[in-house]
Amino acid sequence: MAGGSDLKVLGVWTSPFVIRVRIVLNLKGLAYEYIEEDLGNKSELLLGSNPVNKSVPVLLHGGRPINESQVIIQYIDEVWAGSGPSILPSDPYERAVARFWAAYVDEKVGSAWTGMLFRCKNEEERAAAVARAGEALDTLEGALVECGKGKPFFGGDGVGFVDVVLGGYLGWFAAIDRIIGRKLIDPARTPLLAAWAERFRAADAAKGVVPDDVDKVLAFLQTLLAIGSMKK
Amino acid sequence: MAGEKKQGLQLLDFWVSPFGQRCRIALAEKGLPYEYLEQDLGNKSELLLRSNPIHKKIPVLLHDGRPVCESLIIVQYIDEAFAPASLLPSDPYARAQARFWADYVDKKLYDCGTRLWKLKAGEPAQAQARKEMIEILKTLEEGALGDKEFFDGDAFGFLDLVVVPFTSWFLTYERHGEFSVEKECPRITAWAKRCGERESVAKTLSPPEKVYEFVGAMKKRFGIE
Repeated sequence: MAGGSDLKVLGVWTSPFVIRVRIVLNLKGLAYEYIEEDLGNKSELLLGSNPVNKSVPVLLHGGRPINESQVIIQYIDEVWAGSGPSILPSDPYERAVARFWAAYVDEKVGSAWTGMLFRCKNEEERAAAVARAGEALDTLEGALVECGKGKPFFGGDGVGFVDVVLGGYLGWFAAIDRIIGRKLIDPARTPLLAAWAERFRAADAAKGVVPDDVDKVLAFLQTLLAIGSMKK
Repeated sequence: MAGEKKQGLQLLDFWVSPFGQRCRIALAEKGLPYEYLEQDLGNKSELLLRSNPIHKKIPVLLHDGRPVCESLIIVQYIDEAFAPASLLPSDPYARAQARFWADYVDKKLYDCGTRLWKLKAGEPAQAQARKEMIEILKTLEEGALGDKEFFDGDAFGFLDLVVVPFTSWFLTYERHGEFSVEKECPRITAWAKRCGERESVAKTLSPPEKVYEFVGAMKKRFGIE
């Protein structure tokens, strides 16, 4: 197996941004050391590796840091182009489309995600964020058709860039489903996306990486909220 | 709806947009001819709305009628679709660094700059924006540029063209924030001058005074003092 002691990931087990990187490493068949970070007490290694953003994930390759999840994924795809499937399409136009939707996911789903869990001061604000997430998911239903062209994933036959970017949020979505008392990815509203979510979670590369214990995730949410409120 | 797709390259853009200018510089650097289509952002064209239905924003690059949106995506597309790829660094690690900083610029610089001129002078929020702007520029200077000639190293490249359009906005930021970019970031200032000697940059960037006038007009429209 390639990688090994050469590769380290600094992360937090629930972070959608960390999860997507780990899935890509799995897809590429790369071994790596995973280091769980305490966001309330960030390690020297993290702060030294990502002084600008001080955030996870960080990929360390031969000791050199690469930061920002979408940048990390493209780096992995390029360095290990020979191993495993390509994460980004090879055609330049399709790459541009994949990058567009990946950016859209983090802009719209990402901001709604922080709104639903971390930034809402009351249930009204949470509901507004849930509504925004719903709109973004409606749009992504269409994107799945555009990118996947009837195939199981945004990437086509196999998991690709947009899949891992969106898929990283699924652990949290299950927790949000519990909080709001209904499915965020509603099979009646976005049937293709709902089917896609099941498929994604069942993928080998996602197993053990996308959290599936909702109680654990919800308990961890409290820890994160406490850290967040201490920061100010 | 037109049955035939227009061949070649078209850029839907707005004259003063630093994001659009990145694309123009990239096209010039690659020696690619294209049709420039100035957009009226107050009355968006059917072509723009059809080409970028999600965001309805410029710039949009049309290649044989197919739209590419988002400036960083457009620039990378231009580099990859028209081989050889010469804008982004050839080494994957250097590429990752360039993409990281491009993402940093996009997340920080424009929004902070907008707050700087939109917020009322003297208010704490505006003072905060001023402080942040200086921090952002210093971070770019120390973290990204360092002692190099260009962000990308010895030669002008992707990260340089990503940042350079914002240099036309420095005068506006300076006047609103009452600080001097040259004083705070002498290396960024020297880098900006170096880039300005490049034809693709010189021909593309808006004169700083024009940007200042434009912002003044925007402020009047928004009713900001």
